[in-house]
Amino acid sequence: MRRILILGGTSAIAEATAREFAKRGDALFLVGRSAARLAAIADDLKVRGASNAQSASADLRDVDTHEGLIRQATESLGGLDTVLIAYGTLSDQAACEQSVELMVQELQTNAISVMSLCTLLANQFEVQGRGVIGVISSVAGDRGRKSNYVYGSAKAAVSAFTSGLRQRLYRKGVAVVTIKPGFVDTPMTAAFKKGALWASSDAVGRQIAKALIRGTPVLYTPGFWRLIMFIIRSIPEFVFRRLAL
Amino acid sequence: MAQDTTSWGRWPRQQQSVTRLSSRFDALPDAAVPMLPHGNGRSYGDVCLNQNGLLLKTRGLDRFIRFDPRTGVVECESGVLLREIIDLVLPQGWFPPVTPGTAFITVGGAIANDVHGKNHHRMASFSRHVLCFELHRSDGARYICSPSENPAWFGATVGGLGLTGLITYARLQMRRVGGPWFRGDSQRFGNLDEFFALSKASDHDFEYTVAWVDCVAAGKQLGRGIFMRGNHAHGEGREPKQSKLHLPFTPPLSLVNGLSLKMLNQLYYWRGGAVQDDALWHYGPFLYPLDSILEWNRIYGPRGFFQYQCVVPEQDAERSIHEMLMRISKSGIGSFLAVLKNFGTMPSQGLMSFARPGTTLALDFPNGGAKTLALLETLDDITREAGGAVYPAKDARMSAASFQRYFPMWRAFSAYIDPKFSSSFWRRVTGSTI
Repeated sequence: MRRILILGGTSAIAEATAREFAKRGDALFLVGRSAARLAAIADDLKVRGASNAQSASADLRDVDTHEGLIRQATESLGGLDTVLIAYGTLSDQAACEQSVELMVQELQTNAISVMSLCTLLANQFEVQGRGVIGVISSVAGDRGRKSNYVYGSAKAAVSAFTSGLRQRLYRKGVAVVTIKPGFVDTPMTAAFKKGALWASSDAVGRQIAKALIRGTPVLYTPGFWRLIMFIIRSIPEFVFRRLAL
Repeated sequence: MAQDTTSWGRWPRQQQSVTRLSSRFDALPDAAVPMLPHGNGRSYGDVCLNQNGLLLKTRGLDRFIRFDPRTGVVECESGVLLREIIDLVLPQGWFPPVTPGTAFITVGGAIANDVHGKNHHRMASFSRHVLCFELHRSDGARYICSPSENPAWFGATVGGLGLTGLITYARLQMRRVGGPWFRGDSQRFGNLDEFFALSKASDHDFEYTVAWVDCVAAGKQLGRGIFMRGNHAHGEGREPKQSKLHLPFTPPLSLVNGLSLKMLNQLYYWRGGAVQDDALWHYGPFLYPLDSILEWNRIYGPRGFFQYQCVVPEQDAERSIHEMLMRISKSGIGSFLAVLKNFGTMPSQGLMSFARPGTTLALDFPNGGAKTLALLETLDDITREAGGAVYPAKDARMSAASFQRYFPMWRAFSAYIDPKFSSSFWRRVTGSTI
């Protein structure tokens, strides 16, 4: 039985992943903003087979809450061995271009607060000599594009940070999983027109659960994004800068 | 964002906005156009459509709230599928007491259409086993409804086609079963007389009874078919492999046509497996024969198809059904999935529930335009004259006059409709404009 902490537990991808663990009888602790929604998800996970499902509401942008939350989850589950960091906001690129304050806020939410959590969890897992830290980054972090480079640079920071952390913890028995979803049909992306590249949160959740269990270093989900992003990264700058991506 | 949306019948095709609900605690959207809950889109005509309005997609409300394996009571959000409930409760010895011919329907849809199954003569319709549900109105009010608490809202919402507000969650009573198996038999019958005799003889000893009818046969063979009956049973069998076929594209024209129908009906009637004594069936093929072919509805081509399901009261049943089958056979249009069943006498719970004592006939016809519509109108003439009714969940074309004859309670029901809710179906059969 795994003891799993999910930060951003009401996100559609997180919920789909949590259901995979619930089916296996694991114990979960969810953190998010809405207490009522967290409680509803925790109830559902218990019915689906989770041996335990607790929750706490918090605003994860506030890094001062992090230490207490990790302690609370660890005590509540009687230990901790797997963490999924799944929260984030899809930044409004045009608005961020006009407001430094908003741009800084987005980086605080999507990058700084995530690195804060990773730092604390890394130290705890390093001491216990085992554990898995999964972080949802994004294919958008693989190369900055004019349509969403604020969101993209926050995710790039997370990808680089987790890559370094993975090396640091490799010999300590701790796995760090960088998760890069492509387009996923969730409430966060409700306003987008969906096409053939879009995946369901259920399918993505299944792959994430598998990657956390195996300790896969970098997961592109669905897998074809690895190829797409390889191509996008390979486009020389003199061409790339002219593209409308 | 406006989208082209269709129901399971793939006709009509209508433009409407769509929003997905993801939490039962959220307020309903503040929309300028009428709203309508939309579950998994398995009803056939336009009861789940809302042209130029807003669909509230409920599949995101798919959380279980609790399940007590000692009492068999399941509480879950309204977007949970029957399929998901079965997967949860069957391993612990429980099963939904009433299920229609597909498990890919939501709990909310099952209540809103007060669906029925092959065991109607024993278990009545779906709402009979609904202990309570929460109804969320656009003014923000939330009512817990059961036969004893807010009974008027309960009676209006059951079979209320989603018009009385959003069902957010429901509490359902499951029934005990010994496992996934059914024991029973199937046999041919040569005509309608034999069907009624078989049905009468079987309804006492078999909880599930249903017949398939050959709609192409004429003359002395009119009304011939295959009668299937069974009971939940303990059994030692191997779980069938969940082989999922998928119709991956829509053929440019219907694969079901006059020629193929004649062959299909003949083949089905004479096929080797049609007669079985003492068979052991897994619940999948027994209850949900078409669920293993994903998107089977595409077989009717881009123009879609019509379902027609009516019920006629017992005293006229034999004559009316005979007349209908004759008209269909003569028309040459034919139906492949023709199903005949006697309903039981237990009254339905809803003001607008469809299931009522009598014989029900369900058919589907490729959309052949005016010719098909004319045939269905003829069937309506017979149903009306017999004092029967047509099932809204399967209808895309009945006239306002017919509907109002079939459901005389519709005016009383209108008082319970949420002022911000409406559907394409409702506007069509009441002539109302929003």
